[in-house]
Amino acid sequence: MGKEFTTVSIPTSLYKKIEEVIKGTEISSVSSYVTKILRESLSKDQGKQEVFSKEDEEKVKERLKALGYID
Amino acid sequence: MIQPHGGRLVERILKGEQKKKILDRAAALPSVKLDAESVSDVENIATGVFSPLEGFMGKEDFRHVLKQMRLASDLPWTIPIVLDVGKEEADQLKVGGLVLLRNEKDEPAAVLHLEEKYAYDKEEMAEKVFQTTDAAHPGVAKVKNMKDVLLAGKIDLIQESPTPFTRYKLSPRETRVLFKEKGWRTVVGFQTRNTPHIGHEYVQKTALTFVDGVFINPVIGRKKKGDFKDEVILASYEELIKNYYLKERAVMAILQMEMRYAGPREAIFHAVIRKNFGCTHIIIGRDHAGVGTYYHPYAAQDIFEEFPDLGIIPLFFRSFYYCKKCLSVVNEKICPHPPSEQIQFSGTKIRDMLVKGEYPPSELVRPEVARIIMEFKNPFND
Repeated sequence: MGKEFTTVSIPTSLYKKIEEVIKGTEISSVSSYVTKILRESLSKDQGKQEVFSKEDEEKVKERLKALGYID
Repeated sequence: MIQPHGGRLVERILKGEQKKKILDRAAALPSVKLDAESVSDVENIATGVFSPLEGFMGKEDFRHVLKQMRLASDLPWTIPIVLDVGKEEADQLKVGGLVLLRNEKDEPAAVLHLEEKYAYDKEEMAEKVFQTTDAAHPGVAKVKNMKDVLLAGKIDLIQESPTPFTRYKLSPRETRVLFKEKGWRTVVGFQTRNTPHIGHEYVQKTALTFVDGVFINPVIGRKKKGDFKDEVILASYEELIKNYYLKERAVMAILQMEMRYAGPREAIFHAVIRKNFGCTHIIIGRDHAGVGTYYHPYAAQDIFEEFPDLGIIPLFFRSFYYCKKCLSVVNEKICPHPPSEQIQFSGTKIRDMLVKGEYPPSELVRPEVARIIMEFKNPFND
């Protein structure tokens, strides 16, 4: 397994601000807070919309009809 | 429609000429026989249930999953999906080659593009996944009985193994078309390994009040002794849906997969799977995927805090019970009455009554559901 963590730079003032924000919370460190926020932000832009071909979709609909899932 | 986990629904099913080519070579390929659970894993990978996995995990993903509950790509993933073989068997297999995977009937099920063979620490795997190394835990017991080498690589499905429940088996591609056809923009997934009691119905309908449809998704496969048999679970839900749900608001399809009983980690895994099926929400109740007293009753809810990037919304339900004063199913937040007025939904109590041939009270189980269960000579796993 490669290196598990790496370093990024943020302004010291921002670091101190985060330290204040997480004081008394369950978040144990500035790194944990930044990781959480970044993951949250990145997840909003996940991949492209799945596209089925018309033909594939029709085949699926036939099976769903045969099984009684749709009329 | 919600994105599949990782952005793309995996499909690794051999068809036409490709399938014929592999089958022509099958007899000459080295092969590994799978148990029923690994066959299910193969099918779930191939049909996109486990998207974005395209095969059995390599060492890097395996280590990340154990240590960080994420794939090496940082995507949330909490349960290792691995294929174990004995050392001697592994020695016969060449990295870079194809391995035929046979099902329990010795029929060709899939091919594995063998990319890696690696050793692992069973004790560590059990401790990380189940938070215990106690062999009395069914998941730990299974890990301790695993063989010594893990095989990794992408798989291609040759054919699905027959199941008596094919009529209820839908792939994520199919459920996504189904939800679209029904006009559902929001769908709540309900994971179950039990026959329904009134409490389950309360949870499902409470969630359904806020979304367009409910996807009831029983887990079919290896479970522990004393759990309801798969056919009993399906028949009882059929009856419940027929009598008490709007056809246009509820569908049921099976998830063929073993229960791991990994509590919180398995709750995240279940959420990822339902996301792949197209659910936007998932119901997480008390002690989800737990067994015995290994996990805190709400650990499976708390763990979602660690996954802001999961992409599916968990709906948490705490304890609920029937209140004799309120004359309905309630929970601790909405019922002011003392414990003496409460009737708990005890699975053990309901089971004991059914074993004795007694109908549970209608406050606990719908009479139609109880009747269906009692029609089975032995509704429980031996």
